[in-house]
Amino acid sequence: MSLEGQHPAKLDALYQQVILDHYRRPRNKGAVENPVVKKHLHNPTCGDDLEVQVSLGSDGKIDAVRWQGRGCSISMASASMMSQALKGKTLAEAEEMMQTFYAMMRAEPGNYKPLGEIQALQGVSKFPVRIKCATLAWKCLEQGLREKEGGSGDGHQRT
Amino acid sequence: MALDVARIRQDFPILHQEMNGHPLVYLDNAATTQKPRQVIQALVDYYEGYNANVHRGIHTLAERATEAYEGAREKVARLIGSPSPNQVVFTRNGTEGMNMVAYGWARRRLKPGDVIVTTAMEHHSNLVPWQQTALETGATLKYVDLLPDGTLNQESYDRLLSEGNVKIVAFSAASNVLGTLNPVEEMVAKAHQVGAKVMVDAVQAVPHMPVDVTRWDADWISASGHKMLAPTGTGFLWGKLELLDEMEPTYFGGSMISEVHLSGAAWAECPAKFEAGTPNIADFIAFGAAVDYLTALGMENVHEHEQALTEYAWEKLSNIEGVRLFGPRQPRAGLISFDVAGIHPHDVSAVLNADGIAIRVGHHCAQPLMEILDVPATNRASFYIYNTTEEIDRLVEAVEHAKEFFGYVA
Repeated sequence: MSLEGQHPAKLDALYQQVILDHYRRPRNKGAVENPVVKKHLHNPTCGDDLEVQVSLGSDGKIDAVRWQGRGCSISMASASMMSQALKGKTLAEAEEMMQTFYAMMRAEPGNYKPLGEIQALQGVSKFPVRIKCATLAWKCLEQGLREKEGGSGDGHQRT
Repeated sequence: MALDVARIRQDFPILHQEMNGHPLVYLDNAATTQKPRQVIQALVDYYEGYNANVHRGIHTLAERATEAYEGAREKVARLIGSPSPNQVVFTRNGTEGMNMVAYGWARRRLKPGDVIVTTAMEHHSNLVPWQQTALETGATLKYVDLLPDGTLNQESYDRLLSEGNVKIVAFSAASNVLGTLNPVEEMVAKAHQVGAKVMVDAVQAVPHMPVDVTRWDADWISASGHKMLAPTGTGFLWGKLELLDEMEPTYFGGSMISEVHLSGAAWAECPAKFEAGTPNIADFIAFGAAVDYLTALGMENVHEHEQALTEYAWEKLSNIEGVRLFGPRQPRAGLISFDVAGIHPHDVSAVLNADGIAIRVGHHCAQPLMEILDVPATNRASFYIYNTTEEIDRLVEAVEHAKEFFGYVA
């Protein structure tokens, strides 16, 4: 018996097609050659485990974001979408995008068009326990950037 | 005797609601159970009729409150076959009981070279207090390992006991993740042979089956009330009288003293010495009502009902492609942990929730066990007196729905 679509409103608010697409066909999994940012985070509540690596091109812009790990569809899709969105951005622009994403997760009113397809995760803000899943990849970026600036950190810690 | 589930369900107002467009199916009973009208009414009766502090004052309201509060203790004592109600110490939850033994008994007696034995399947509540005790006292903590079927390796247990210096053995009667029912009597007897005391985590046992503390012969058991129809904030520690007498209280102050002078104080008799300050009176009176409810059903019948549901669920779930069930098939407690190939438990649970079904997902406060099972988390369906086979059919349909939704490929 097919139950698909029986209550689409509720499930689709969380799992938009673009999220499921990134979950089923994750983009940019793996590692970069010369990471300037490299951060591994673990979310003990749900067991999500993720590492994000970023490398820069000669123009100082992000030329690759790669990630690996395991977790729920939201955390994996979020990492996949982030990896695409950051390409070609400066680190300052990446940071700005991260702040925009966090604002969206806090359900603040704002213009989220610059996030592109990442806006598909907007529905997650209505599911408090899943916000951590959506932000895990961005937390890797945030803490990786901070460590790059501070030059410290063990590269592996808990959220 | 089979439970009259249709009648039982009428006593649980919360079950008669729609969740996300579907009749609610509540299968998260190992986390906390729902409460029948009788228990909720006991709270109302107390606050509307005889709210007063207990063990002080000689006005009639105070007498009635004290009688009801102590009456609840007697009910719990009868439920578990305690020789005396004074051996039942009211606690906030199961966790508090383990900590009281760790603080009030173990930390004062253990020393470097002593050994605490626990198991790899414990809930954090019966694990972290012992890790801390070991840290504080210099004692060594050793773990009984698991067999591939999710039962305790009794040879490993025997070996640890034979290595000597074991002062405390702590294990669960029923695993909250694997559903494993451990051979309590046998394990207690072995521990006593080497002179160790035994703390049994009975949180997943007392609500679900007849428990007789005299037959178990454990030195302490801890259980929680909210997992057996009572309000949250209720639990109990049961202990042998001589050990409760030896134990130091965890908290000090009002109610727990026999006399106080400026030069010092002496403690009241058990259980008062462990219940400092005004207790959670209303909720324990309601705990008494919960015990009445279960006693009227008969714990043997409660157990039979859960066993039938669990066996039905095992059969159905194990027939779903990609579903893996954890722990032994029989004997087992009334819960089943499972995972679905390629779908994270959070995603499974989100689909189930959309279909009106409440289960628990996560590490179930048993992270070491998750590491052994090599899973980040599991899904867990747990059953109680008001659940039906139709609800399990709904669970099975929803698991199929989750597979379909996330594009399961074998």
